Parts: sequence; structure tokens; C-alpha cells
Amino acid sequence: MIQTTVNGKPQKLDVDPATPILWVLREQLGMTGTKFGCGVAQCGACTAHLDGQPIRSCSTPISEADGRQITTIEGLAGPEGALHPLQQAWIDAQVPQCGYCQSGQLMSAAALLRDTPKPSDEQIDAAMSGNICRCGTYERIRKAIKAAASGTER
Amino acid sequence: MNKWSRRGFIGAGVLTGGALVVGVAIRPGNAVDKLRGSVAGGEGEQLVNAWVKIDRDNTVTAIVPHCEMGQGAHTTLAQMLADELDADWAKVSVMQAPADGNYVVPDAARDFVAAWSLDAPKWLEPTYNGLFTQISKLGDVLVTGGSSSVRTTGQHTMRLAGAAARQMLVAAAAARWNVPAGEIVAENSTLLHKASNKRGTYGEFAEAASQESMPQTPPLKDVSQYKLMGKGLQRLDIPAKVNGEALFGIDAQVPGQKLKYVAVKAPSVPGAKVEAINTATAKTMPGVREILNMGDFVAVVADGYWQAQMALNMVEPRYSRTEGDALDSAKLSARFAKALDDAGDTGGTSLANEGDAPGAFAGAAKKVVAEYKVPFVAHAAMEPINCTAWVHDGKCEIWTSTQVPLMARSAVAKALEISNDDVTVNQLYLGGAFGRRLESDYPVQAARVAKATGYPIKMIWSREEDTRQDFYRPADTSRFSGGLDSSGKPVSWNNAFTQLNGPDGSWDVAHYDIPNRSIRHAPADMHLRFGSLRSVDHSQQGFFVESFIDELAHAAGQDPFEYRRALLRKSPRHKAVLEKVAQMAGWGTPLPEGTGRGIALVKSFGTIVAEVAEVTLQDGKPRVTKVWCCADAGYVMNPDGFAAQMEGGIIYGLTTALYSGITLKDGSVEQSNFHDYQMVRMEDAPAVMVDVINGDSKVLGGAGEPSLPPLAPAVTNAIYAATGKRIRELPIAKNFT
Repeated sequence: MIQTTVNGKPQKLDVDPATPILWVLREQLGMTGTKFGCGVAQCGACTAHLDGQPIRSCSTPISEADGRQITTIEGLAGPEGALHPLQQAWIDAQVPQCGYCQSGQLMSAAALLRDTPKPSDEQIDAAMSGNICRCGTYERIRKAIKAAASGTER
Repeated sequence: MNKWSRRGFIGAGVLTGGALVVGVAIRPGNAVDKLRGSVAGGEGEQLVNAWVKIDRDNTVTAIVPHCEMGQGAHTTLAQMLADELDADWAKVSVMQAPADGNYVVPDAARDFVAAWSLDAPKWLEPTYNGLFTQISKLGDVLVTGGSSSVRTTGQHTMRLAGAAARQMLVAAAAARWNVPAGEIVAENSTLLHKASNKRGTYGEFAEAASQESMPQTPPLKDVSQYKLMGKGLQRLDIPAKVNGEALFGIDAQVPGQKLKYVAVKAPSVPGAKVEAINTATAKTMPGVREILNMGDFVAVVADGYWQAQMALNMVEPRYSRTEGDALDSAKLSARFAKALDDAGDTGGTSLANEGDAPGAFAGAAKKVVAEYKVPFVAHAAMEPINCTAWVHDGKCEIWTSTQVPLMARSAVAKALEISNDDVTVNQLYLGGAFGRRLESDYPVQAARVAKATGYPIKMIWSREEDTRQDFYRPADTSRFSGGLDSSGKPVSWNNAFTQLNGPDGSWDVAHYDIPNRSIRHAPADMHLRFGSLRSVDHSQQGFFVESFIDELAHAAGQDPFEYRRALLRKSPRHKAVLEKVAQMAGWGTPLPEGTGRGIALVKSFGTIVAEVAEVTLQDGKPRVTKVWCCADAGYVMNPDGFAAQMEGGIIYGLTTALYSGITLKDGSVEQSNFHDYQMVRMEDAPAVMVDVINGDSKVLGGAGEPSLPPLAPAVTNAIYAATGKRIRELPIAKNFT
């Protein structure tokens, strides 16, 4: 039995401890905002936070989350549903196209801004290059991160 | 006001609750049918249709027949409808038209159909009295592709539906207020008669409007009257795409049912069969329910997807031998070379023949010859191929992300030997498609597994399966010979290549003033399955043609921009786009050593796009730092959405140009996942600057594809400018190892 917390809610999970966190979120907990892209930690679509650190949930077993806190895209907004500054910046810059990779992009960006509130271009590129976007929204992601960082998004 | 010829059929009615619905269908045989050829993958009949629903609470629902895969069509189509309706944009929402006649006609559409105005002439009945039934009978008609949604559905049905509904609302108000219709102003979903100070919302008149006669030729707005069209309105689907709520095919649930999960593996050589499987280990693994040899693939069904995939990895399938087993990329390339050798200077199927290209070449002052090659390319959408299916009681229901819901329906019906009416397709958002989801192989696979299990299943392909079982942009080789006169002006253009899949004219250079032209197709079998990849043949032809014109410019000792420009005297729109992008990029201004600019110009899907790429050599490898893009799509309906498509096509094109190379060994695709099939990531992504020219508001071009074809040649031309190295084979990275 794995005991973990997902977006602030305690969860007791009767699953194979080797199961990647991604599939526990999607199949056991019905939280489909975190996406499957490659299964080998190459694309970042499955990015979530474990105790605040970005992880590739497709390649991190649920046993790693025992006694720890998982945060997903569904938990990125504030408790009253107030959008995270990055979510608002994403809307303002009209970032998503198909949108499939954007949960992972936002979770990577959120981790970046928490640790580096005013990232340089190089820091943005370094933090975000693990997240592939096939629609080609990179330039808008850069703009949105900068807008959120400078607090001008609203 | 634009006058429109009879392109569509308009029907209207009232729903229970007093909502007005107006629908427009374009049927085969109408003028718009000519546009069918531009819809990639558009087999069968095309029937474009649209609906608008105006509820008593004054909300407007645009019901659109296209999927949303990131291209923004839902928003732009609603925008076009709302503008003609003079609706309050804040009250407009979008619904995707259901893809199933059975679902729609007895349930949702019963209301639509039953209350249709009975005044409509008899000959209209087949249209309005069962629009969706017609769709289902005609079969495979809902297609999203070919950069076509706005210029076909938007122009020819969404706008008509909006204009017709508006006219009926105005007529209803005129009748109730007893004033001339011409004195009523419709604005922001409100009707106003100034002289008598009467005012009412659309919602208040929705029911009454349904009693008005249906205008079959409602006047459409002139461009000077547009209020919403031409504005960069925010996309309606974006809020749900920043909080995890948006549901993609892979997120599908079957109401009231617990799903089992399926992992699949097909033989890696096309045409091979699964002769035997060894299930000894796999069947003992946790959660495994069934291991199925489906003949053309293996399926493992388990309680969870990860369990299914782990078990599948332990199944040892044995495949049949095929003719393709010995094929590799070098042999395929030799096959292409032989086809071109055999065709020579005059052989193959002639596609264009003006003057005497071989003769003019023989007498030319300077001769240039070049051969270009491109490899297979996989689509690699971020959402791996998947489909959820449930077969029970002789019926099949599927949930998936597809560009062709009705083709998927017929394909499933055929595979299960049931009628189309017994298949229901539930369409979700597409996590990218780029042409891959024009194919219906995966709904068929999922349906067959679901038939075998009897319980509902969700099939998900691994990234490896997605890479290896694609319908690929074909590998291709193209040969050119060009002759220049003593002033450097081209006098002959002779070109032959091996792959031709459409759209028509991707090889065309008629916009350039070159007197003697011969363009020929020398077909060669390509082994892997062909599929439409964003811009289809243009994706390679843009590279071929715009590389060779660049080589001619350099052979003539002339500036590549000025050289092209001089050849565009009879193509003023091309010329304007080229000049604009040169101006944006500061063409001709000095650059540091090791940095170069390249330019390219391609018209595709009705849109002329010119791009300039700036490339710097970094650690001996080319890095694309900036791309300028100017496009003339006639008239851009949503400039921000259009710019997003240009940006996206450029980044997609950059991945294709720099990295994408599917290679063959022993008949199989060698690449598997993002570590060996590389994508442009943020660190590689150039700054992209987009501007547009609205060259003709009457004839619209597409948005989703046209920025891709000029990108590869702009980059390779820039590499030449920076280094003197001419890239004649893609991917570029292969030339810098």
C-alpha cells in the first residue's frame, strides 16, 4: 500500500509499487491532465512535481512517492481556482495550439519560476528544453514565462 | 455586399425551448466541390455543413464540422459565423458536430429536423430534412486537412448560416414591431429600431424567426463591414488547455464502464504477418488478461496500460518473411536513382512542358545540374496514436482523436462487417495530427481487439509503435538541370522526381519567368506506407525547387533575393511577399563571419509564403537563430491565430529539415523514440517574426501548412551563404556529423 498526497489530498493506493506515477494518476485516480508522450523521459509531456521538484512521471515509480507530495496540472491553480500566474500568461500569450504538451510545459515552467523568479533567456531555454512541443509554441512559451516572471501578465 | 452563387442549401427550424437553428449544407455538385481536391486525404464525397443555434437566453452556439487539433479552426469558424450574424462574441460558444448519423438523427437532431419550416420547397428536403443522415449516407465526408477549414467551410457555410439567421431575426422583429426590416439594426446580438425606440435580443426573437422564410441567398458582408473577421480574437479552447481539463482521445472514458488497456505491436516490415507468439512469460505477468495474435499485430490486454506494455515486451512474435526484408535506405535510394536514370532528360510522366527545355539547356551559356534527396519522415504528434472501443450487441462505439471521423466509422464498420449505422464515433481533441490522423488504421485495430474481448478497451501505442507504424512522408529524389543565358537569366528548367502524391502543382515554378520548362514524374516504389504530412508534397518540393533556384542565382553570380525578384515580374503577389520579407529581415545588411541569410518563396494551399532564415555556425554546426515570414493568404480572418500557424509550421519544418530522417534496415524503420528521432526543442528554436499581406479578400488561402515548405530551403540557402556548403540531402544534421 502506497500512501501519498496528490494536490493536497491524501491517497492510499493498492498498486504495484513499480507502476509509473503517470499511470497511477491517469488510471487509478482518473486525473488525465498529465500526459503520456514517450514513456522514456524524453519529451516532458508527463511532467509533474514530487515534493516541488519536476519529475518525469512516466519513468518515476509510484513507490518513490510514498510519504511524499505529488502536484499535477490539476493542482497548479490556487485553492479557490485562481489561475497560477503562468496559466494566465499562457492564455494572454495564446500559447497552446493542440495543447497536449502544455500541462508538462506549465509544470516545468512553474518549477523554474519558483526556484528562479527572474530567469534569463538561457535559464528559460535550459529549464524548458526537456519539454517537446510539436506545434511549435516555444517562442510564445518564452514570452509567457517572461510575462509571468515580470508580473505583467495581469 | 458580396453576391453569392448557389453554393449551399439553407434550412432552419426551432428547437424545443424556442431556440432557432439554421443549417447550411454544401452538397456534391456545388461549386465548392471543386475545392475538394485541396482536402488532403479527401476520398469519397465532400459535404461541408454548418449550423448555428440561438437560444432564448441569447447564447449562440456555432456547430462546426471540423476537428480541433491545434490549428484554431473552431474559434475562427465561430468568428466568421458570429460576424455575419452580428452576434455578441462574448455569448458565442463552439460545439463540434457529432460524427454519427444515428446519434444525431434520433436524438440531438430530432429536434433539429422535426420542426424545420414546412414551407421549404420539396427539392430541398433531402438536405434539410436530414442533413446528418445525408452525411452518414454519403459516407466519409468530414475531413479536417488541406488547410481548408476557413476557406471552404468558413467562407461557404459558416458565414451563410450566420447571415441567414440574422436576416430571419430581423424579419421577425420587423413583423412584430410592424416596421420595415431595412430600418432595423442588428448589433451585438440585439435588434434595434431607432425611430420607435424598440429593442430586443436575438434570444427573444429566436422562436419567431424560425417562422420566417429561409433566405437562400443572404447577402454577405463586404470586407469593409467586418467586425470580428480580421481580428485576433482569443481562442475559445485555450482556457481548458492550461488547467488539464481539455480531453484528448487518450483521455477518453466509457460512461459507466471500467476500461481494460491494450498495448499492440505490429510487424516492423510492411506486409509481414505474425506467424507465432510465445506467451509463456507474458501471461504470468501481473494484470494481464489476454494475449491475442490478431494476424497482422499482437495485442496484450491488461488492467493497466503499463502492465500491458510490460507484458507485450516479453511476447516474442515470429514474423513471416517478405520481399521487403532485404531493403535498406541505400537500396531504396538506388531504386530511385534507377527510375530517374531510366527517365533521362525527357522520360517519365510529363507534368509541365513549356517550350524545349532539353534544347535550351544544350544551347545555354552556363549549365547547372543538381540532385536533391529527402528521407522518410514520421509525424510524431505528441499524443501517441490511441483509440478506445467497445463492441457489444452488434454495435461498436469508439472514442478517439481523428481528422476523419466518418472515414473512421466506415473503416470500422467494414472491418467488423456491420453497417455504418451501427458504429458511433466520439471525437475528442487531437493532441497534434499533422496528417497522421487522416488514417483510420488505429480505430480499426482497437475495434477488432474490442470485438475479441467483448468488454471496452483503450488501446494506446507506445512511442516506438507510433514511430514505426506511421504513414510516412515519402523519401524522394529530385534531379534538375538548368541553363542560363550569358546574362545569368534562366532559359531552361528540367526536373524529374520519384514521388507524387499531391496536392497538384507542388512542383510548379510557373510564377518564375523561365521560358523552357519540363517537369516530370519518374515513379519508384517506396516500401513504407505513404501518408500526408503537413504540406504533403510541398514539404519536399519546396526544398527541391527553392534550393535549385538558389543554385542558379549563385551560378549567375547574383543576389538570391534580387535574382528571384527579377523573375517575378508577372507574379505581383509573389513579388510583394518576397520584397516584404526581405525588408523585414534587413536583407543585404552586413552579417558577422560565419553567419548567413537564406531566402525561399513557396505558394501552397492558396497562400504565398516567403521566409528568410538566419543561420550561424556554432561548434561547427548550423544554428538557426531567426526566421522572418511574410504570407499572403488573401485575407487573414484571425491574425494572431494565423501567425501561430505560421510559427508552428516553421518549427515543424525546422525539425523536418534539421533532424527528421526515418531510415530502413532489413526492411524495418530503425528509429524508435525521441532519443533517435530528434525534435527541435526550445534551445534550438529560433525567434520567428511573422507579417501578412492581405492581397485579395475574395479568395482565401490556408494557414496550417503553407509556412512549412519554404523553411528547409531558407535554412539550407542560409547555410550556403554562411559556409559555402550546399546541402542537397536532408536532414541537415546528417551533413554535419
